[in-house]
Parts: sequence; structure tokens; C-alpha cells
Amino acid sequence: MLCDVCSKNPATVHLTEIIDDQITELHLCEECARQKSAAMEQQFGLSSLLAGMAEAEKPAAKETESSGIKCPNCQLTYADFKRIGRLGCGECYSVFKRLLAPLLKRIHGSSQHFGKSPSKMARARVRKKLDLGELRDKLQRAIEMEAFEEAARIRDQIRELEKKAAQPNSENKEKNESK
Amino acid sequence: MNLSDLLNHTSEWLRGTGPHADVVISSRIRLARNLDKFPFPHWGSAQQGEKALAMIREAISKVDYLKKTTFFKLTDLDSVDKQFLVERHLMSLEHAQKTNHKALVIDDDEIISIMINEEDHIRVQVMQSGFNLFESWNIINRIDDCLSVELSFAFSPDWGYLTACPTNTGTGMRGSVMLHLPALVMTRQIDRVLAAIAKLSFATRGLYGEGTQAAGNFFQISNQVALGHSEEDVIENINGIIRQIIEQENQAREVILSKNKKVLEDRINRSLGILKSAHIISSQETIELLSMVRLGNDLGMLKELDRRRINELFIITQPAHLQKIEKKKLTASERDVKRAEIIRDRLKIL
Repeated sequence: MLCDVCSKNPATVHLTEIIDDQITELHLCEECARQKSAAMEQQFGLSSLLAGMAEAEKPAAKETESSGIKCPNCQLTYADFKRIGRLGCGECYSVFKRLLAPLLKRIHGSSQHFGKSPSKMARARVRKKLDLGELRDKLQRAIEMEAFEEAARIRDQIRELEKKAAQPNSENKEKNESK
Repeated sequence: MNLSDLLNHTSEWLRGTGPHADVVISSRIRLARNLDKFPFPHWGSAQQGEKALAMIREAISKVDYLKKTTFFKLTDLDSVDKQFLVERHLMSLEHAQKTNHKALVIDDDEIISIMINEEDHIRVQVMQSGFNLFESWNIINRIDDCLSVELSFAFSPDWGYLTACPTNTGTGMRGSVMLHLPALVMTRQIDRVLAAIAKLSFATRGLYGEGTQAAGNFFQISNQVALGHSEEDVIENINGIIRQIIEQENQAREVILSKNKKVLEDRINRSLGILKSAHIISSQETIELLSMVRLGNDLGMLKELDRRRINELFIITQPAHLQKIEKKKLTASERDVKRAEIIRDRLKIL
């Protein structure tokens, strides 16, 4: 089968397009497929979608108010963000906070982070071992996942910790050692 | 390690082991992190890109978990090498394009890979075989803890980890699970299942992630939302969905076995027959036939095959793998011949 576009090279890429329930099949050679995918990227790229969302989100008043604002750290303007769909640096998030809040809410359905944070990590750094509560959670998960070898390993760790907890002296000793 | 060594090595995610390895190929978690105050890779100058790269490389060298890794500068790799790494799921297609100031760090077992200066400064990925997201999370979480000792990350208490694209802001985490769902496709239930997944804000992609079509009954399912839920909650949510899909796939397999066993046996054995005797075969046809063979093996029909050998065939028959094996560039039609030859060779002893 020859390429539908150039009719010169053998078709090696097979593309199905669905536009308004209309299915079209295209058989392309590698070169024409590459051109086609570059064109699609331009048309439907995630960045333009996002930029579109930012556009829809933003009340006109806020736009005029912030159109002149530039991130002092990286010089990106909100207009740049609308164009490329990417922020310029971490500081942009504070500079454009009022404009980004509704966008984030719309993308994620929330505007409050609940995950890990570098400060929690700092505590984890000091604490060398997982505590009992965390291990029991892990055990539960391993059992649910039917990862029985993993579960057996965690169970042994819990027993070990429980044994240590029953002998308070040994824990004190360990603390002293870690100092 | 050099790249050609990987040819004789089975990636951890292809071992065909781990929980529910009949339906779940692999589990993968990735985290996006950026250096505080530094412009994101797409927005920084060449100098800033190089500086970020040097800082991250230095930090990685100090992390115990990352001792057995190899560092590749993308500008040192040719186009086949880059495609080879994409085929092995060690980096994204995006990373293979516009390669300035970019690097890739991979560990010897191909479980951990770190893309430097992709869309974000750091994209860490941990990938394992089977249904194992929490295990992958435990590994990546420790690596992230260690890196955060060495580097100061862009972070806000309200919005979490700050990323170039607002869709990743928050945990910067994406968990994805690669599923093989031939029975749901054959019984025409797959569209219903995928529609339900989309409603729950999960994304479905093909074998090669973003922008690829599902081929050979493989589907990659991942979370879309990064803000508002803890990493563990997101993983628990994905796990809940995946468990249901596994159950539905297994039910569909049972139904086909009880109602159409002969038809299924015929299709599976014909697929194996074509693979064992073809002299020219495209990668699309290979994936589709191997999918059937894999199903046959899962159902205990083709006991002489093992899952790992089948999984390996999916990868070594990809275009860049064939060219690495041959140590030269091959045209599409030359690849179709070489592909058939390798498959015949690997299935010959059966």
C-alpha cells in the first residue's frame, strides 16, 4: 500500500481520525506521518489547550490589572504563560497567584496541597526507621495487594519493633548512639 | 554500563512477575521536581540550563540509592539510541527532542530513571513489573527525600511542588499502570470501561504514553489530578480502579473460555503460527499477535512459553531495538524482515 498523501513511499503508519463521529483512515509513509503529527501538535497541543483554559478563566478586570506584571525572578509575563501554557519558574506562582488560583482549581478540583512537603521530608531525614503505625499501614496494603512475601517481611519488621518497644532500655541506647 | 549492554538485559518491568502479572504488565510512578528560583528548563538560558544540570548531577551522585546508575548526556546520543531508550520506557519522547542541557540517569536494573531538564528540572521515575504501585512509591519517596536534602525544590505550602505545567502542580506525581486487556476488547466491553475511567478523571493512553494510541490491547491508566490529595490517597484511588478492571478482565476471560473456547484456541494458535513462520512482519501486527499469544499463555494454553520471553519480544521487535541488534540503520521494510527473523529465532525451540 502506498502513502495516501505523497503516493510515493510505502505506507507504514496507519492513522484513524474521528471528527464529529466521522471516521477517516489515513495510511501514511514515515515522512508524511511526521509532518502530519507536527501539524496536529500545533493544532491540539496541551499548551494551547491550557492557555485556552487560562483565557476562559480570567475575568477582564484582573487581566488589565495584571497585564503589565512580570515575574521579577524570570521575566515571564502572564501573556507569555497564555501563549506557551507553561510557567517560567516557581516564583511565577506567587506573582500570578490570583490568576492561577481559579485555573488550578479548575484543573485539579482543589487548590490546597495535601501531599508530602520538604519539611516533612526533613523530619523523615532525622528519623531513620519507619514507625509502627506506618508499618501496620504498609502491611495492610501489602495484604490487600496480595503481595504476601512483602507482607511477611513487614510483619517481621513490626515484630522486631514491638520487641524493642518492650525493652525501653535498648531504645534509649539507640537514641544515644544516634547522637 | 553502556547502552548496548541493555540489549542483553531484561528490564525489571518486563520480567512478568509481581502481583497480577497476567493482566498488569507494569506499575510506574513519576515525580516532577524543580529547583527553587531557577527558571524552568524551557524558559531558562543555556547557561542556567547547564548550571541546573550540573547541580542535579552532583546531588544524584551523593544519594546512596543512586550509586549504581549511569549518566547520559542527551547530546552524546544518536537518534537510534534515543529512540531505543524511549522504547524501553526509560525516557519520554519529549526528552529525545531538542536535547540541549538534557541528561538521563538510569540504574542498572532499569527500575529507576531520572530525566534532567525535560519539562521540569527533575523527572524521577520508578517502574516495576506487576501491580505494585505502593512498592514503587516507597522507592521513589526515599529517592525524593534524599534529593531534597541536597537540593532546594520549588515548593509552596498551598500548592505543593511547583511545576512548569500547572497540571502537575501539587504532588508532581503521576502513577500509571500498564494493563493487558484482550478479553475486554474481544467482548467489546472496553469502551464502556474506558468511558467510566475517564469520568473518574483518570487518563488512558497507549503503550508509549502521552499522545499514543492503544495498540495490541495494551492500556496505560494514570491519575490526572495532582492537587488536593496526598500521594498515598491518589495511589489508593488508582489501585481501587485497577482492581476493578482486573476483575472485569478476568470475568471476560472466563466468559470467552466457557462460551467460545474453540474459537479462542484457534485464534491464539494461529497467532503463534504466524509469528513462528512469517518472513515479513510489521510492528503493529507483531504487537497484535503477541497479545494473543500472551493471553494464551495466561490461560495455560501455551505452557511451553514463558511470560518473560513474550514480554521481551514486544520490546526487542521495536524499530530502534532491531537497529541496535543489527548495529546499523534499517529502513522500515528491512526492519520488517529482521523483525520476523528474530521472532522466528526466539520461538524456534518450541
